[in-house]
Parts: sequence; C-alpha cells; structure tokens
Amino acid sequence: MSSRLSQRIAFALLFLATLVVVLPVVVILAIIVAKGASAISWEFLFTMPRDGMSAGGILPAILGTLYLVLGAVLFAVPLGVAAAVYLVEYSGDNRFSRLVKLAIVNLAGVPSVVYGLFGLGIFVIFFRFGASILSGALTLGIMILPVIITSAREALESVPRHFRTVSLSLGASRWQTIRHSVLPHALPGILTGMILGLGRAAGETAPILFTVAAFYLPRLPQSVFDQTMALPYHLYVISTQVPGVPENVRYGTALVLLALVLLLNLAAIILRSRFRARKKW
Amino acid sequence: MSMGDYCIETRGLDLFYGDFQALTAVDLQVPARQVTALIGPSGCGKSTLLRVFNRMNDLIDGVRVAGTVRIDNEDIYAPGTDLLRLREKVGMVFQRPNPFPLSVYGNIAFGLAVHRLAGRREYGMVVEQALRDVLLWDDLKDRLHQSALSLSLEQQQRLCIARVLPLKPQVLLMDEPCSALDPIATLHIEDLMRKLKRDYTIVIVTHNMQQAARASDRAGFMYLGKLIEFDETASIFTHPRQELTENYISGRFG
Repeated sequence: MSSRLSQRIAFALLFLATLVVVLPVVVILAIIVAKGASAISWEFLFTMPRDGMSAGGILPAILGTLYLVLGAVLFAVPLGVAAAVYLVEYSGDNRFSRLVKLAIVNLAGVPSVVYGLFGLGIFVIFFRFGASILSGALTLGIMILPVIITSAREALESVPRHFRTVSLSLGASRWQTIRHSVLPHALPGILTGMILGLGRAAGETAPILFTVAAFYLPRLPQSVFDQTMALPYHLYVISTQVPGVPENVRYGTALVLLALVLLLNLAAIILRSRFRARKKW
Repeated sequence: MSMGDYCIETRGLDLFYGDFQALTAVDLQVPARQVTALIGPSGCGKSTLLRVFNRMNDLIDGVRVAGTVRIDNEDIYAPGTDLLRLREKVGMVFQRPNPFPLSVYGNIAFGLAVHRLAGRREYGMVVEQALRDVLLWDDLKDRLHQSALSLSLEQQQRLCIARVLPLKPQVLLMDEPCSALDPIATLHIEDLMRKLKRDYTIVIVTHNMQQAARASDRAGFMYLGKLIEFDETASIFTHPRQELTENYISGRFG
C-alpha cells in the first residue's frame, strides 16, 4: 500500500470517528427541537401547570431549576475555590494534601443518586432543612464541588510561577500575592469550572429526587425552605408517571431544559471573556 | 574604608540545599552605593548568594543557612526578622523581564498598594518619579495604561527596575538583568546602573565579563560555592591574585 493511500485511509477513519462523536449531539438536538418546538408558547413558559400537568405551563419547574442551580453555584464556587487555593498555594505536597486530592478525584466518580441519599441524610433529616430548595441546592453544590475544585486547581497551577516570585520579592505577603497576583489571573479558568458545574447541576435528577423536587406543585416557592418543582424531575414525571401528557409537551420541556443550560453557560462564557479582556489591559 | 560604609556583610556563610552545599564560608563585604558584580561559571552559587540577601531562597524546600548576613547592620537571618520589610529594603530584578500582565501604571503601583506606602492620590507622582528614574517617562507618559507586555524587552526590564524603586530600597539585586537583551539595550541598562548607584547599593550577577568590567566597581569571583577572590574590579581584571580567577577571566574555562 502506498504511503499516500494509507494516509487517505487514516484521515478518512479519523474524520469518521469525529462524525460519529458529533452525530448524536446533532440528532438529539434535531429531534428535541422538531418534536418540542410546537409546545413552546408564552403560556408554556410563564404559567402554572393545569389538568394534572397535561396542559398549562412549566413556570414553577423552570424557576425551581434556576434557583437550585444558582444556589448550588453560590455554595460550591467560594468553597471550592478556597479549597483549591489552600491545596495549591499553602499545603505544598505532603501526605495530607495527596489524600485530599485523591478524595476529590473519587468524589467526582460517586454516582449522583448517592449524593441524593447523602443530601437526604444530612440536610433534609439531620439539619432539619426538610425537603427544600436549601437542601437541594446544597446537595447539588456538593456534587459539583469536585469539578469546581479540580478546574480551580488547574487554573491556579497554570498561573506562571514568576508572578508569585516577583510579588514576594516586592515584599508582598503570601496572601497579598494570592489575592493580587494569582487569583485574578486564574479567574477565567475558575469560571470554566463553574460553567461545567452549572450544566451538571441543572441536568441531574437523582440528587434532587429526595431533597427538594415536588411531583406536582402548581405554585411558586416563597422561601428557601419550600419545596419546588424542577425541570429534570418534571420531565421524568410527565414522561413515565403521568399518562396522557402530549408528546410535544414532553419534548418541549426537554427543549426548555436544554435552552436554560445553554443560556446559563452563555452568561458565564460572556463573563469569562470579559475577565480575559480585562486581563490584557 | 571604615566598617560603617559596608552595606552588606556576610561572615562564614554556608548554604545547603538538602545535603548539597551550595555556598561555603563566604565572607563578603559589599560597599554602599557602588556596583558590586558577582561572576563565575554556571552553578558556582552566585545567584544563590544573591538570593540570600532578600531571603528568596526561603521559598525553596530544604534550604539551610549558617553564618551571619548583615544588611545595614541588621542580622537578616535573626529569628523574628520581618521578611516583608526586608524585601521592601532589598529589591530584586530578575533575569527575564517579568512585568505583571497589568498596565505600566499598575506594575509600578503594585508595591505601593501592597505596602500602603502612599495615598491613592499620590500614586501618579510616585509612578512618574519611578519612570523618570529609569528614563522611561518620556517614552511612556502617554502609554501608562497600556499593557506592560506590549513594551519592548528593554523597556520591560527598565519597568521591572522602576517597579522596585517606589519602595525606596537600599539595595538592588540584579540577577543577570541583561541576559535577555540585545547588546545596545545591555549598554543602556549599564548606563542606568551607573546612574542608580548614586542612591542605591547594587549587586549584580552576570555571566558577561565585559559587563562586569564595564559596569562594576567591585567584583567577586565565585567557584564551586566559594568566593575565590573579591577586589576592586580593575584589580580583578588586570592582575588577579588567584590563578583560578585568572584562568576564568582569560576565558580558559567557564
């Protein structure tokens, strides 16, 4: 076989592999849009469900997911970034920090339903938050902590060493060095972790199943101690638990969930690019 | 020269990285407001010695120091030494120009903000003075808010020198400050050193013997962690007393 021919075959195979990877994404999007777009209306987005969820809107589920995601991020980002700063800037490489790093990697591999049970045990029962937005957001927050910590660590480690050296040589304390010479430059990477966490928190069903999600609750939550509907669980309910929900309502709900995640990501990406731009001033 | 004129004085200075002894029994007396050059082949310990003076070696795990180091008659390795104040007093310029990815202004204001040396309203004046001192003001006065990374390498290195001046240090440590610069820029930085030594004690590590000969008043030759010879630069280069020194400066090794 000539070298030119083998090269062609290799490139063709690589292209095919790429196609196979992209295809499911395109197909999923196409099907959801095709089957769900007809359900999207003002009423669908901004009113309460009616007739046992087979008609009306999904506003409580949209808002519920929004609250949960924002709560999870509000909890996990400061905590995760603080832990990452400690691991990268302070602890050095000792047995304890290696153990913590190992624990974080393992935490990322824990099935989400286990997080749900954990949240039920800790937040709902032990702390007596009950099934509430607070319990759900904290559970989701703990679930996305590994992602936040890992990406924040990578971001901190990629800040050039000499930023720290120079800052210290100018008589800055270690904390001033971190605060002024390291963290600002790690911010885009930290936001990337936040974006990944956002998407995961928005889509998971299992962690909210026991901690917050309401089967059918056609009113808006009044405080963080209220239960709420949420999009992923609502989707599960109308797809498997409630007979007679029209197909376009189910796909429409999926479409809204996708759009919401996309929108949140977009906002975070815009934020990140603004920080990147400012870095170059 | 009386004792009081020495700015930096080491006695019996040993430094270990773990088990490796990087400096052995260094006795050095650096006169105030002169340029003192440390020369010697790679790995001879000259950069290590330089980093003793602002204790940047402390950042490396397993560093141990014995002997005494006095700067301005203060033992800088005494227990309870305030490292932040020491580094305010002993500024450092590194081998590669390494401004922060901030504006020109932001780079110089950094030290002021960290040490709360001036009110915000005085920053402008201090920044201007620092830039004048390194002869950058005329070039940069309209570009204060541009990124420091957009400057030429020479300008960046001048900026790095300007960055330490607002702290009013007594000593400027320069670790091969010209090795990333072209010959013309190198001469400019040397001119600047001659100007700055009126106000600052300068210790420079250099690989470039012509540079040491041109720019320094005193020179020390180091080899394998020892200070072999330390004298007026003119004597070191015209009639060195040690054979090792002569071999090195005549280019027979190193």
